[in-house]
Amino acid sequence: MRYFPHTDEDIAAMLKLVGVGTLEDLFSTIPEDCRRKKALSLPEAMTEWDLNRHMRALSLDMAAYPEYKVYLGAGSYEHYIPAAVSYLLERSEFSTAYTPYQPEISQGTLQAMYEYQTLVARLLGMDVANASMYDGASALAEAFKMSFNIKRKRKTLAISGVVNPLYRSVVETYFAPTEYRVVELPYLQNGTTDLSGIAEIEELAAVAVQSPNFFGCLEDLQSAGEAAHLKDALLIACFTEPLAYGLLRNPGSQGPDIACGEGQSLGIPQSFGGPGLGMFAVKKDYVRKMPGRLVGRTKDLDGKDGFVLTLATREQHIRREKATSNICSNQGLCALTAAMYMASVGGKGIRDLAGLNRDKAEYLKERLREAGVKMAFETPTFNEFVVQFPKGLEAKYEELLGKKIVAGLPLVPYYPELAHHYLLCVTETKTRDDLDALVAEITS
Amino acid sequence: MKEITELSFPEDVRYTKDHEWGKSVDGKVKVGISDYAQDQLGEIVFVELPEVGAAFEKGDEFGTLESVKAVSELYMPVGGEVVGVNSQLEDSPELVNSDPYDGGWIIEVAAGDASEMDGLMDKSTYVEELKGIKP
Repeated sequence: MRYFPHTDEDIAAMLKLVGVGTLEDLFSTIPEDCRRKKALSLPEAMTEWDLNRHMRALSLDMAAYPEYKVYLGAGSYEHYIPAAVSYLLERSEFSTAYTPYQPEISQGTLQAMYEYQTLVARLLGMDVANASMYDGASALAEAFKMSFNIKRKRKTLAISGVVNPLYRSVVETYFAPTEYRVVELPYLQNGTTDLSGIAEIEELAAVAVQSPNFFGCLEDLQSAGEAAHLKDALLIACFTEPLAYGLLRNPGSQGPDIACGEGQSLGIPQSFGGPGLGMFAVKKDYVRKMPGRLVGRTKDLDGKDGFVLTLATREQHIRREKATSNICSNQGLCALTAAMYMASVGGKGIRDLAGLNRDKAEYLKERLREAGVKMAFETPTFNEFVVQFPKGLEAKYEELLGKKIVAGLPLVPYYPELAHHYLLCVTETKTRDDLDALVAEITS
Repeated sequence: MKEITELSFPEDVRYTKDHEWGKSVDGKVKVGISDYAQDQLGEIVFVELPEVGAAFEKGDEFGTLESVKAVSELYMPVGGEVVGVNSQLEDSPELVNSDPYDGGWIIEVAAGDASEMDGLMDKSTYVEELKGIKP
């Protein structure tokens, strides 16, 4: 929609219609001390040339790819985005991705969502996926809500302490004001979740474990599932890096009831943290308890294939306050991006790409080991791992920033016990030269 | 949807304002929904049943019925423990439409307080109640 500012004539006509003399009269109900007295301090308007120069200067001030070599992951991953994806996404047919209630006029969008669901279900190895949620963190919180809905009268959920700390904080925000209790499972010396406490937790509705976890370590989802199921609780397999399943066993093959997480890796730019894509998939038994939109394939009166919103009776426009979730729109455009990305890269491409991520990460690990840097955990990883840098690297970290290298994420703010520990991420965007240079800088 | 006169309301069951019925059989109470309720809901495609052994108070929600146009909650006509569920409904939910008082029963309850049945409506009171809803 184009933006037309109101003219003085428009404003006068509207004031006349509502029967108010001036704009000041219209706002008279707003208390005096809530109103701004001074004009906004805005800079002078710039010419287009000046503005471009200004914006470029701002962007150069930030540590972003490709100017910087960024070894950060921790929930947001730097992946190459095929030009075909960016191009297709700019087509005007897709620019309004709002909920397609009307199948008569929305077959294209509905089919795209259906393809997205199919691709997600296949990648995760689950029976059925929804048409997306806001992001990985809210998907996890919704998975917990769904668990309470299935395991009625249970009041406790357990979350691994090596689920992304930001996700845990979102879960906390959801449940802190409620009667439900969140129990955190500690991590073991090998960097994976300590599952031994699960058996002791009362009124347990669900257990959430992330794999690869925040430290990059692969978790034993099978055992986590067995421990949860022994308590008649659900297992939620959470993830921040779905590309890992190009190489690793997908969550579905290891028995979780719900698999959910972040889909940013699938062709969505990092954009300094958002928008993301909440991927959400469940076992078929739970499809009616699953939050969010679901698109199904059906036949029309002439027997032709068509796509419609299905099981919509679970949702809030019909079921009001008893709906399966309060997600009213979804990340339609981001889901579409992920579908385009998965279709462009293909099954073999995703496998190759995942292999490349893992191999490059292993190469860096090996070179760092040779250089005397200690790995914090010996558990297998995908494209992220934790290193323990020698003391004094803090100064070096700053120095490297000056050389346009972001040498990983310091873990102290999230895990005070992990001084000098850094989470490093290596994706396909890094070359061997980049990795060699990083090792040389760190050990020089 | 049908007129009230076209619907069937047996004498041997008792009705609730939420349109469930209860029927005493061998010391237990069978529970289902009335012909009026199934007619209002339309084609029922899924019945969410409680687990056997679950205990509820009178008026508690014990399950849901999903029709092509809505999901409705099911409420206990009397309090007690669920001792049986109609597992045929898992594959044939349409029995609730075609045979609401017999093949389409939903759960069987061991009532905590048998006198709660007396508080439910008989056929004539229920039909009067329906006339109030539906002119």
